[in-house]
Amino acid sequence: MVNTLIFANLGHRPLRTFLSVLAIGVEVTMILTLVGVSYGTLDASARRARGIGADVFVRPPGSSVMSLSSAPLTEKMVPRLGSESGVALATGTMVQSIGGFDTIQGVDFPAINRMASVWRAPGDPETGGFHFLEGGPFQGDDDILIDEFYAKQKKVHPGDHIKLIDHDWRVAGVYESGKLARILAKIDVLQRLTGNEGKISAVYLKLKDPSQADNFVTHLKQELNPGDPEHGYQIYTVEDFTSQLTVNSVTLLRDFIYVVIGVASIVGFIVVFMAMYTAVLERTREIGILKAVGAGPGYILNILFRETILLALLGTAFGIALTYGTQWLMLHAVPASLVQETVYKWWPIAGGIAIVGALLGTVVPAARAVKQDATEALSYE
Amino acid sequence: MSERLPEELAQATATHATDYLEPLHAPSTGASIIRVEDLCKTYRVGEVDVHALNGVSLQVSRGEFLAIVGTSGSGKSTLFNILGGLTPPTSGKVSINEQDLASMTNAQRTDLRKRTVGFVFQKYNLLPTLTAEQNIQIVRHVAGRPVGFDDHFKEVLEMLGISKRMHHKPRALSGGEQQRVAIARAIVNGPAILLADEPTGNLDSKNSDTVLNLLRDLNKRLGQTILMITHNPEAAAYADRIIQMRDGQVVA
Repeated sequence: MVNTLIFANLGHRPLRTFLSVLAIGVEVTMILTLVGVSYGTLDASARRARGIGADVFVRPPGSSVMSLSSAPLTEKMVPRLGSESGVALATGTMVQSIGGFDTIQGVDFPAINRMASVWRAPGDPETGGFHFLEGGPFQGDDDILIDEFYAKQKKVHPGDHIKLIDHDWRVAGVYESGKLARILAKIDVLQRLTGNEGKISAVYLKLKDPSQADNFVTHLKQELNPGDPEHGYQIYTVEDFTSQLTVNSVTLLRDFIYVVIGVASIVGFIVVFMAMYTAVLERTREIGILKAVGAGPGYILNILFRETILLALLGTAFGIALTYGTQWLMLHAVPASLVQETVYKWWPIAGGIAIVGALLGTVVPAARAVKQDATEALSYE
Repeated sequence: MSERLPEELAQATATHATDYLEPLHAPSTGASIIRVEDLCKTYRVGEVDVHALNGVSLQVSRGEFLAIVGTSGSGKSTLFNILGGLTPPTSGKVSINEQDLASMTNAQRTDLRKRTVGFVFQKYNLLPTLTAEQNIQIVRHVAGRPVGFDDHFKEVLEMLGISKRMHHKPRALSGGEQQRVAIARAIVNGPAILLADEPTGNLDSKNSDTVLNLLRDLNKRLGQTILMITHNPEAAAYADRIIQMRDGQVVA
């Protein structure tokens, strides 16, 4: 009977019901989209890091997992590390930010292409590597290579020109995504353009025996960071590095997520508070009637809280559906931008946040309803 | 306002047949069901005390149909609210069905409204989102009873002439029909007392007659104790006894 009354109430005021569900849905979408983008972007970074086939990489001291642009390493590190026992191939890269989360990476293409292939030792077949969907490798100094998503977003093809870091680039090839970065340039050209001659951001190493990667890292840490192996040069196996690319490892991102969740929760709380407060005001007389026929505080609270939970559940479902909408929009409107994943484990979390926020938002209106004097309520117009 | 009066109701009200319905409560005239002694109620309005009731005393026998008449501000609505357990008295003794209202907690007064007292209001006070049937059922649900109607209550609905209007929402019912649904709601749990506050105040004369006849039938045929508040002497004439209030006191 209570459910009948709740459904009747919600159906009786469809606009208020729709707006409440929409607001809670937006709250849930904000949370799920942010989480999805965080997970998706980090996973995409991890996929690209794995995609070049390196087993170990070395970054300069003090760099962070998410650092976007820096070239503090000397490129003399490349032959130095390449001469280490057990290393099949070493290559350096340079990262330059081009605004937002986008970067352009300078590479020694023959070396990075060889690293991305199945090659490990002389005699191995050099298959795999970069797969070009259109065009091919660098031909001139002003050439860049772009991945399929960037090409799709910018609507460019080989032969087209793009202006990046105040330089006019010609697109030489479009490669299948998942290799290091979305935009690649010749490393020496990028170094020159950015005033970083002789400097690189990281060194990637391919080992002859990838099963020895952990031992190699231990050995290299002792060699490059004598006395304090855990500080100084940052040396990871690619496996270890990609496993660190999680929301919890990136403190800044995790804090940002918490802030947005907090904001979304406050928005949801305020909306539900307003909706339920209005509902209680609108139903002053009805609550008075229920009290007159013997409904106690528990009965009134039961109605209001059940109604809130129903709104929150509907809002959560709507928010999840809306999240698929944002995902589709990002994939089709800005495919080379941030990557959004569907993070199923956050569905119940977002739903829980919506429900708890909604219940908290109902406490004050519900208390008002319970305290309402029946005789005054019955005379309410 | 058009009023549908089923044929069987017209016949019933015309003949006052009393032999086909069992009383909800067997009338046992003589025993007092309401005892009020020296009842006072004072409201605080801003910084001013308003004495709404000044030493009201009265007794109502079980199975009696009592009308309380008085002008606006005479205190009759305050008496109605106290007898219905909607508001506590300031002083004095009030017992309903041998339960002392003065010493009741809020929860006990809620329980009183659930089981002992049924209300009929001037403005019907039906829940607008529910059908007539659901408006009656929710009162049974509040009382923790099965929401289905037994054959006896279905006969009451027939008597009230609303059995075919049960699936309509209040906005689709005429004023008279809404008031009859309100009467059905008030008696669905078999309360000891039916309190009616200006039950014909919003009705035209034809519907007023219908409702007043129904209240009298409920009293005569079902033994329902009824206390009706009205300012209309013609409506009061339907009652067994009339008392008059003025300035918070019973004057006649």
